[in-house]
Amino acid sequence: MIKIYLVSFISGLIFALGLGLSGMVLPEKVLGFLDVFENWGNWDPSLIFVMLGAMLIHMISYYWIKKIKKMPYPILSQEWHLPTKKEITPSLLVGSVLFGIGWGLVGLCPGPALVSLSKGQVEIFIFVANMIFGMILFRLLNKIFNFKR
Amino acid sequence: MIALIGGMLIGISTAILLIFCGRVTGISGIIYATIYPSKKDWAWRILFLSGLLLGGILFQLVAPERMISQLLSSYSYKFLSLAGLFVGFGTILGSGCTSGHGVCGFSRLSPRSILATLIFMSTAIATVAIKKYFLIFL
Repeated sequence: MIKIYLVSFISGLIFALGLGLSGMVLPEKVLGFLDVFENWGNWDPSLIFVMLGAMLIHMISYYWIKKIKKMPYPILSQEWHLPTKKEITPSLLVGSVLFGIGWGLVGLCPGPALVSLSKGQVEIFIFVANMIFGMILFRLLNKIFNFKR
Repeated sequence: MIALIGGMLIGISTAILLIFCGRVTGISGIIYATIYPSKKDWAWRILFLSGLLLGGILFQLVAPERMISQLLSSYSYKFLSLAGLFVGFGTILGSGCTSGHGVCGFSRLSPRSILATLIFMSTAIATVAIKKYFLIFL
């Protein structure tokens, strides 16, 4: 158990450093990247490399352990906890649209928002508080509508 | 170049959680399951989030110039609140954000995650364009 906690902690630590180094914690950089129409020509593509770098490493490790090594279970756990859902639901589509709007408005997604708390600015606390409030709102509405995610 | 290194660090972090714990590193899901723990498996999430927050503090101490955002300071509180609500509600309804769908799910070639990533990327691009040309949100 203690090993799982240690690994989780280290993973979070590395994740934060990656987000910091990559510039994902800078809304101007994120929005400049998403502004593909205006900045055609002097558009800053560096965040593409952030995504590609992260996906490449994850993809290699996933196919290595699942397809090549065929590990029956992860090193510290008795089972895999990976999502198995296949169905495309309306919730998936609508939720992704809503998230895209929020991300495009301010330029922060959940990870960079949490890492940015260390800036100590009131703006980031307001964003994170409302992000959590949005999750609580989902929980309440889900009790009524029982969304099929 | 430094962006690529940053991205690879993110990839290493998600690979560690995958190989050792068999889990997807989805930040929105980890936050949600920390607020609303379902089983007895919430402690690792607290530790992951602690690492994330401590990592932010360390980065702020080591490279404060890489954390300064003029734009963030210029947003009104109403605007930040609205965007935060959309991000929080949307990521949970849509079962993931940039990390869970974009990095982990897309790399596993999950159809749901590939679709979700394409949707939130294009919606974000459209939102930036609309915001800029019509200024209806500001």
